[in-house]
Amino acid sequence: MAKRIDVSGLSAFYGAHKAIDDISMTVEPRSVTAFIGPSGCGKSTFLRTLNRMHEVTPGGRVEGKVLLDDENLYGTGVDPVAVRRTVGMVFQRPNPFPTMSIFDNVAAGLRLNGSFKKSELTEIVERSLKGANLWNEVKDRLNKPGSGLSGGQQQRLCIARAIAVEPEVLLMDEPCSALDPISTLAIEDLIGELKERFTIVIVTHNMQQAARVSDRTAFFNLAAVGQPGKLVEIDDTDRIFSNPSVQATEDYISGRFG
Amino acid sequence: MSHALQDQRPARAPKSAAPAGLTRGGLPRWAPAGIAALSIVLGCGIGVLADLHSKIQWGLIGAILFLVITYTASAVIENRRQAKDRIATSIVWVSFVLAVIPLLSLIWTTVSRGIKALDGDFLSHSMNGVTSFEQGGGVYHALLGTIEQVALATAIAAPIGLLTAVYLVEYGRGSLARAVTFFVDVMTGIPSIVAGLFILTTWNLALGFGPSGFAGSMALSILMMPVVVRSTEEMLKLVPNELREAALALGVPKWRMILKVVLPTAIGGIATGVMLAVARIAGETAPIMLLVFGTQLINGNPFEGAQSSLPLYIWEQYKVGSDASYDRAWAAALVLIAFVMILNLVARGIARWKAPKTGR
Amino acid sequence: MASTTPTQIDQAPPVSKSARSTGRAGDKIFAGLSKGSGILLLVIMASIAIFLTYRASIALSKNEGNFLTTFDWNASANPPVFGIAVLLFGTIVSSIIAMAIAVPIAVGIALFISHYAPRKLAAPLAYVVDLLAAVPSIIYGIWGALFLVPQLAGLNLWLDEYLGWTYVFDKTQVGVARSLFTVGILLAIMILPIVTSVSREVFLQVPRMNEEAALALGATRWEVIRMSVLPFGRSGVISASMLGLGRALGETMAVATVLSPSFLINGHILDPGGGTFAQNIAAKFDEANEFGRDALIASGLVLFLLTLLVNGAARLIIARRKDFSGANA
Repeated sequence: MAKRIDVSGLSAFYGAHKAIDDISMTVEPRSVTAFIGPSGCGKSTFLRTLNRMHEVTPGGRVEGKVLLDDENLYGTGVDPVAVRRTVGMVFQRPNPFPTMSIFDNVAAGLRLNGSFKKSELTEIVERSLKGANLWNEVKDRLNKPGSGLSGGQQQRLCIARAIAVEPEVLLMDEPCSALDPISTLAIEDLIGELKERFTIVIVTHNMQQAARVSDRTAFFNLAAVGQPGKLVEIDDTDRIFSNPSVQATEDYISGRFG
Repeated sequence: MSHALQDQRPARAPKSAAPAGLTRGGLPRWAPAGIAALSIVLGCGIGVLADLHSKIQWGLIGAILFLVITYTASAVIENRRQAKDRIATSIVWVSFVLAVIPLLSLIWTTVSRGIKALDGDFLSHSMNGVTSFEQGGGVYHALLGTIEQVALATAIAAPIGLLTAVYLVEYGRGSLARAVTFFVDVMTGIPSIVAGLFILTTWNLALGFGPSGFAGSMALSILMMPVVVRSTEEMLKLVPNELREAALALGVPKWRMILKVVLPTAIGGIATGVMLAVARIAGETAPIMLLVFGTQLINGNPFEGAQSSLPLYIWEQYKVGSDASYDRAWAAALVLIAFVMILNLVARGIARWKAPKTGR
Repeated sequence: MASTTPTQIDQAPPVSKSARSTGRAGDKIFAGLSKGSGILLLVIMASIAIFLTYRASIALSKNEGNFLTTFDWNASANPPVFGIAVLLFGTIVSSIIAMAIAVPIAVGIALFISHYAPRKLAAPLAYVVDLLAAVPSIIYGIWGALFLVPQLAGLNLWLDEYLGWTYVFDKTQVGVARSLFTVGILLAIMILPIVTSVSREVFLQVPRMNEEAALALGATRWEVIRMSVLPFGRSGVISASMLGLGRALGETMAVATVLSPSFLINGHILDPGGGTFAQNIAAKFDEANEFGRDALIASGLVLFLLTLLVNGAARLIIARRKDFSGANA
């Protein structure tokens, strides 16, 4: 299921403004990679280039290559819709479809991709909700609107929605920043389970979280406000947090700036 | 592929799994434009061959061909989802074109036909002594009437509308304010002819006055008030509360705070709203027809006797039905459109010019 | 003022007593004036209803026909016979035609401006649509009568030929297209700008994250619109349509110029004939005696109530929608 991501020489722009500059890295399959760095360093922008969501933003433009196993996401003839179907995403604020029930939210992606028998759909929805550790909480009210759930439940609903279509990669853009500590813990546990099946990339502002959930950590930084963000280093999480090879990383992690 | 979580899960047929690759055979980028051009050519061709007189038929044939060809091509070369997306895009484009054509045609017809009779004489003469079938005559009396009636209506409606908006934003609480808000909204929808009938029953029938420009102005002011209230209210709500508090903290009485701080801050937006309302009522015909009556002569006194107005003039000339009167109707329509558009552009100009001060 | 100490801030400024009292009096006068204006608006609304009802009751008391079912309008005759059946039919039918054409197209244009048009095109387009909303109805009227009516002859032939079996599109009388159908098309063109601009506003308010949720699942643009934009915008589109309907119901000049009126109810909408409330008032007013005017006022009252109903409904829908969007935030 999971695939390797190989990024080389990737830059992203908002109109004339260069947001990230010349980033290259490899993300291993069935692992969790965390992106950390100060605000505005482009880590979310970079994340959104990995499923071609960046170009949805007005003026958004990308240069460089992103290989998913051996296929370039930005190659000619590649359909961005197919890319997003293959690389799932969970957003900072939980965003279930407000007019849909819990069941329909999870089934939304499946219904886009073909016709399913009712029994098949029920089975996949149940499996996805179980995979998102939400089944026990919602199994009695699958037909209630998704917006009636708590923030943490909504976020797990969004994860269930994303994994229901069996993507190769799961991108998470600060998935816990709008949640309370208990919900955060639930999501972190879930990430640990999901990495058995998916390649996971997570952007976080919370360094403890990066240390807890990730196998590898990438540190992003920008030279000054208005300058493009750059990848400073990427390494095993243990190394980044104990003995990073770049001074700026150590400064950031020990709280000297950012 | 690890199944640590759900070992019981059956190996699923890759029904929903990603298509073999990320690439997908697709129509080239120029396809929509190409199909559109082809459809237009075919539409016109069929129109000529089948000897259809109306261009509307040509256009509809073209539009239908465009939709059908797009869908078929996409369904064959791409897939059904893609075809649906394409057909939706095409329908949106077609509906846009369908709507733009009549609106452009309206403007074009008015300009091209109106320019014929429009000259200095037309703007500076009345219809005095001009019989309806001969050329010549002018629109001066109607233009004068429109300007006077609209000015009077504005003089009535603008202060009332402004004060009502101030009441709603600065003072209004409770059920009275809610009632005013609701009825202002409802009042926006009053048909102009009903406003005319209302003034007719009160001013003319109950009080016994004859037709005059002023009677028309009163009906117009009823139509104008809710528009002024709405737009002014929106503008006043944009004035930051900090400004109000800062003024009150200096010990300024509330009414002076409103007059010296709130209204000046919002004045650009308020002026825009009033101008747009003026543009809206300047084209009203029905109440003028009931209350101002119409005349061929110049009457500069809006309080005494029948007057004319541009929309009414257009209506009268249209009803005569001669070539000369049609020319006059189009020329007057052009004058009226120009009048309304100038008001609109000035209003939007004011809005843009004043925007940085009120914004944020 | 700058020297005012904090303890004095919420008191009147340290100026003379008389100045302070003018402040109070000024406050009272100003508050009274603005409140009075608000009340005046309510009074106007109430008097419209009262005066129209009063004059209408005079007319109705002498009406020899049935006001609701008589197919005739001889209010100036003796005894007077008049009824609104034809007008009600014509008003509703022409408005329904207008809505059926205008709403889907307006939603299309609104989506075009908010989601499809290239960004450089979208802003000027929105501007042009707003300008077109300001074109006076009399101009739509003469354009409709002198340009649109002849152009529609071909379309009418088609509809008669291919859809004539539906009864509605069966054209039984020859003659130019001064029919309810043409009126409906013209009204549709007239209300298009207003319905478009309100719908566009709603579509632009759809939260970005709702659209991104659909995009990230691999939805095409149309699927994004179906999953996120349309459900969010539905009530807004409904209220925009109601505003358009209110305009279509009360439109006078565009109908008066295009329609060749008759006092018959004819289900064949391509045939010339029929009438609407506003058009009938405009057409009959000049020749009406005082009693005839009262009869016209009675029909105006019905139109007033009709638009009141439609606008009130639109406002209620908008108010309900505010609650919804709050809950979803």
